[in-house]
Amino acid sequence: MSDPKPNELIEKIDYIPPQKGWMDVPVNIRKGMYCYASNPKSVEYVHLPNARAWNPIEEDWKLPDNWKEIVHTAFRDRLDRFRSFKVFMDICVRCGACADKCHFFIGTGDPKNMPVLRAELLRSVYRNDFTAAGKILGKIAGARELTLDVLKEWWYYFFQCTECRRCSVFCPYGIDTAEITIMAREIFNLLGLNIDWIATPVANCYRTGNHLGIQPHAFKEMIEFFVDDIEEKTGVKVDPSFNKKGADILFVTPSGDVFADPGTYTAMGYLMLFHYLKEQGLNVTWSTYASEGGNFGFFTSHEMMKRLNSKMYAEAKRLGVKWILGGECGHMWRVINQYMDTMNGPADFLEEPVSPITGTKFTNARSTKMVHISEFTADLLYHNKLKLDKSRNDNLIVTYHDSCNPARGMGLFDEPRYVINSVCNHFHDMPRNTIREQTFCCGSGSGLNAGEDMELRLCGGLPRANAVKHVHDKFGVNMLATICAIDRAVLPPLMDYWVPGVGVTGLTEMVANALLMPGEAERTTNLRGEPLSGMEE
Amino acid sequence: MNVKYMFSLVAVILLFLLAYIGVEAAGLQVLFGIVIPYAAIIIFIIGVVNRVIGWARSPVPFRIPSTCGQQRSLPWIKSSELDNPFTTPGVVARMFLEVLFFRSLFRNTKTTIAEGPKIYFSIEMWLWLAALAFHWSFLTVIVRHLRLFTEPVPFWIALLEKADGFFQVGVPGIFLSGLVLLAAVFYLFLRRVIIPQVNYVSLSQDFFPLFLIFGIAFTGILMRHFAKIDVTGAKQLAMGLVTFHPTIPQGIGGIFYVHVFFVSVLLAYFPFSKLMHMGGIFMSPTRNLTCNTRAVRHINPWNYPVETHTYDEYEEEFREKMIEAGLPVEKE
Repeated sequence: MSDPKPNELIEKIDYIPPQKGWMDVPVNIRKGMYCYASNPKSVEYVHLPNARAWNPIEEDWKLPDNWKEIVHTAFRDRLDRFRSFKVFMDICVRCGACADKCHFFIGTGDPKNMPVLRAELLRSVYRNDFTAAGKILGKIAGARELTLDVLKEWWYYFFQCTECRRCSVFCPYGIDTAEITIMAREIFNLLGLNIDWIATPVANCYRTGNHLGIQPHAFKEMIEFFVDDIEEKTGVKVDPSFNKKGADILFVTPSGDVFADPGTYTAMGYLMLFHYLKEQGLNVTWSTYASEGGNFGFFTSHEMMKRLNSKMYAEAKRLGVKWILGGECGHMWRVINQYMDTMNGPADFLEEPVSPITGTKFTNARSTKMVHISEFTADLLYHNKLKLDKSRNDNLIVTYHDSCNPARGMGLFDEPRYVINSVCNHFHDMPRNTIREQTFCCGSGSGLNAGEDMELRLCGGLPRANAVKHVHDKFGVNMLATICAIDRAVLPPLMDYWVPGVGVTGLTEMVANALLMPGEAERTTNLRGEPLSGMEE
Repeated sequence: MNVKYMFSLVAVILLFLLAYIGVEAAGLQVLFGIVIPYAAIIIFIIGVVNRVIGWARSPVPFRIPSTCGQQRSLPWIKSSELDNPFTTPGVVARMFLEVLFFRSLFRNTKTTIAEGPKIYFSIEMWLWLAALAFHWSFLTVIVRHLRLFTEPVPFWIALLEKADGFFQVGVPGIFLSGLVLLAAVFYLFLRRVIIPQVNYVSLSQDFFPLFLIFGIAFTGILMRHFAKIDVTGAKQLAMGLVTFHPTIPQGIGGIFYVHVFFVSVLLAYFPFSKLMHMGGIFMSPTRNLTCNTRAVRHINPWNYPVETHTYDEYEEEFREKMIEAGLPVEKE
């Protein structure tokens, strides 16, 4: 089955909801809009319950007999453990401010993709099971009983939310649908209802240290392949270290960048940057055990997030490093910024991060002891520690996509822009309503970057792509920069579909292209092997 | 005909008839003027306290504010202490603007999609304006009513009343707050009916308080300007309630009791409804926490140890391959 054409997708979008009330419209699990069910082997590997083969489009989901009881107990438990969940269940006034803020609603027009209604799917059952008004007045109070169809509706729509938190910016009470989606997915996991695009990376990460299941020797080989590639393009042989005890800094980045283009060029960028700084005293090591920055456990449950995240501190402790440097990744940074220290800290065996090159103390990371590569690089650039030839990036007209998690779960806005402006001459931001805290999701976050849900991804990515198209048409933008590995994997097909002619890059790739490496040969191509500006035949 | 709002409208009309007939025909002044108001106040206080305690009992395991501005990181990058507050004063300022001026709602936009496709985001201020008008005028009306519950009337209440009646139209003068309240409630009702998405997500319980508050404002204006009830009598009853010496003065009429009954119903309904957003806004973890999680460790009271895959287990499985690839190992 081929994907629908852009105009076919657009024609389907209708923001006017149907006549029939939403409780009376049954869920229709449609091909192209959902991800395949979890592989039971992956579920079993991490000891999660109710592992079995099942299929979302079949009538029988092979649920455990007491599934309703499981849901009810789990619901209650989460109300008691998370104030966010309890308050968000109670205080929504359905003002509708969030309705047209969700990229999935904008791109599909499906009313159940309005954040308010997505939450109401759960809230209606909450009213029925846990509130006096709902118990007495029933449907009049907006309550409904949990049935198999309701569960299926939950599953379909809570796997059509990327936990991007854009709605929470506009909500007058800060109700965060991501929080509600997280709870719903925790409940699904108790019933063995995960999607495989999350469950298998989780099992891989648990076993091999990274989502892709790359074993230690292979991880090293892949990096060494980059080393050869860098030598070929720059004439400089970089020399990374692995699992090295006594290094000062542990570097952790998403494994996606070791695996697939264009993330690989960003990975090469890291290698070149670290090599460049080695002379000046940077002593950094990669780990094969903590070889994943991302955390698909975050899309499974709080507990699974903690289990996978624990490797970062454990490895930092084992290797005896001083602090941790984190690469370009989206949800990885929400986890590090808002969860890691709480879950797996205190990291009292590490030191407050200090840049060995500039002496800058990263006091904002003094407890978690983990610094973002954009903070690190921006500091280097500010102190003129990198010799650059910006004009090498002159063939790029760049715009920047704020990834949801570093945007709304951290506030990392100006560091990456400073880096971009330092290494390239042509930068244009997208319109105000589509960047910074109002940035639009790529449409594939929170584990929805599978192949089988391509239509969903293209719909959800429409608002992002449309803003890129705006600067593409206006300024001739031909490169979309981003600091997220999922973005680097999913934005290229999104661009090809909606805005052909725009490539995708990581920040550090651009840094490395502009970087004047000591002892380098004449650079005629960038890391992708494309001719540099002025070097075209 | 929309079932969702008809149900609420009928409910409010029935409540009106119940109080009016109860007083005018059955002479139940004591019930509607004393018993029900006291009961409503008790339900309101206990209900709200219960609800807030219920929320407070659930801990905040993780610090999850929505960061809506630049973080504090490097000293030469200007951070947004309002939208990404690193310190408590910043949080207080953020909450102040949120609670009093609905700052998040101020960001509201309207999304439209045109040929091309081209997605447009236009400014959409009406909801924010109506919400401000509604809440502030309602507050003014409530504060103004304190003159009925105090003797002597504090100067600031008299002052507010004077400001509210600034236009000096008619005798007795029209209060701006009453009209604004009525208009704002009407707008909030209209948008629930007219805007298709908002209509689609609306429940009966979204219309009920609107009709009820409309009824309260309407009966209030009716009494002041048309039915012209005996204000001294109303004050006597109100003072009786607050001094715990309740009395039923003669001749204040059925409309007054309807007004009091509507207010009582609103109070009693409050703790069981979405109106609790008034308390909830203070408790929202995406707004009321500092964004300094990497600098100051947040404690999760129920943090528990979890099963992990340790390095030793990892090396155990891959040791030979690691040695072969030249990777350092703990045990040769």
